[in-house]
Amino acid sequence: MPLYRDEAVVLRVHKLGEADRIVTLLTRRHGRVRAVGKGVRRTTSRFGARLEPGSHIDVQLHSRLADGQAPPGGQRGLDLVTQTESIGAYGAELAGDYARWTAGSAICETAERLTEEGEPALRLYLLVVGALRALVAGEHDPGLVLDAFLLRSMSVAGWQPALQECALCSAPGPHAAFNVAAGGAVCESCRPSGSARPAAETVGLMLALLTADWASADASGPSARRAASGLVAAHLQWHLERGLRSLPLVDRGAPGLMETP
Amino acid sequence: MYEGAVQDLIDELGRLPGVGPKSAQRIAFHLLAAESADVERLASTLVRVKNEVKFCSVCGNVAQADVCRICSDARRDPSVICVVEEPKDVVAVERTREFRGRYHVLGGAISPIDGVGPDDLRIRELLARLRDGTVTELILATDPNLEGEATATYLARLVGPLGIAVTRLASGLPVGGDLEYADEVTLGRAFSGRRRIDAMS
Ligand SMILES: [Zn+2]
Ligand SMILES: [Zn+2]
Repeated sequence: MPLYRDEAVVLRVHKLGEADRIVTLLTRRHGRVRAVGKGVRRTTSRFGARLEPGSHIDVQLHSRLADGQAPPGGQRGLDLVTQTESIGAYGAELAGDYARWTAGSAICETAERLTEEGEPALRLYLLVVGALRALVAGEHDPGLVLDAFLLRSMSVAGWQPALQECALCSAPGPHAAFNVAAGGAVCESCRPSGSARPAAETVGLMLALLTADWASADASGPSARRAASGLVAAHLQWHLERGLRSLPLVDRGAPGLMETP
Repeated sequence: MYEGAVQDLIDELGRLPGVGPKSAQRIAFHLLAAESADVERLASTLVRVKNEVKFCSVCGNVAQADVCRICSDARRDPSVICVVEEPKDVVAVERTREFRGRYHVLGGAISPIDGVGPDDLRIRELLARLRDGTVTELILATDPNLEGEATATYLARLVGPLGIAVTRLASGLPVGGDLEYADEVTLGRAFSGRRRIDAMS
């Protein structure tokens, strides 16, 4: 099948040569695919705006693999983008708001890191589309949308932090101690030394984000949000070989060094 | 694989941006077939560019001295600064002949997914230039793609409270493109039609 069609979110773009672009796509049916957009950086390009990070597109790709060798987007060679139609220009809508843009970048990088080329990842794909749409809609704090996405994508990856039962012995909670290496909340008898003791509100917020209880999440206070995002990030980093580059750059509204010249 | 020096050359060329293995091989064999004098001129230019060319201590553009030609030109309007991503963008804007102010070269665009944040660009240096009140307008001429847009958003938010007019090049520049590929007429029009942004988000 030299030509195939799919829906995709553009996760990342790279410049290639004079005017081309390599795009990393998370497709609905073919998993992560790397493809070349020819001439997209030229002013006459038909694709330019659609092959931007965070774009949700209907795309036709030309597989560089002959029939029967491997699935489209599979291990070797880059596919070629031959047609695109926009479903939602989420990235373009986010670029005008720095906090939402940086949260969207972290969502895209996480999706890239949690997927393999050519391996379908439908649940993660749906989470990415949902999270980008939620950022565009702007109904919730972008930091909360990001943390909800991170918790749910970790759960898809099989790394869901224990938030109620003890991560080690499954004793029913709530438990006051939290240990990233142990896998989340831990009971008093299992608790490894050096475990954190997050406020009950913090663990409650993480549970609300994981279960899409937005009424509770939106009502949370700034200190719980800060603590929850720290625990979510620590939990994610624990499972990834390399840290996410975008996560420390997410603008969470706290005044940074640059804001106070 | 080739022997010794040829393979070394192919490997070195292959590390250049936008040069794949096939192009590297083509360039290497082109150089092998070229006149010695031509190759020597190229080699000495490479060494000279590294030894002689500096970055302007004021604007970050390439310069032959500590301060570049544009920053030291008294006829250029010191009240307007055009912010661009790369030195090649200065060249693109200069070609339009629309702009008589000065520049600030950021050294890239904010791109969290590539690990590039505000602290990795020459933003501190830009703020320092805005402090004495000489500058009354900042034109954000970052690339018309999303990283460029997000960088402009960040800068507008940062500079807004200083009371300086912040403008962005008018639309008409194709989204997703590189500033350097915009023709002079389009880019010139984008300059004269620049609009003020008051985004505080
Ligand atoms: Zn236990
Ligand atoms: Zn200069």
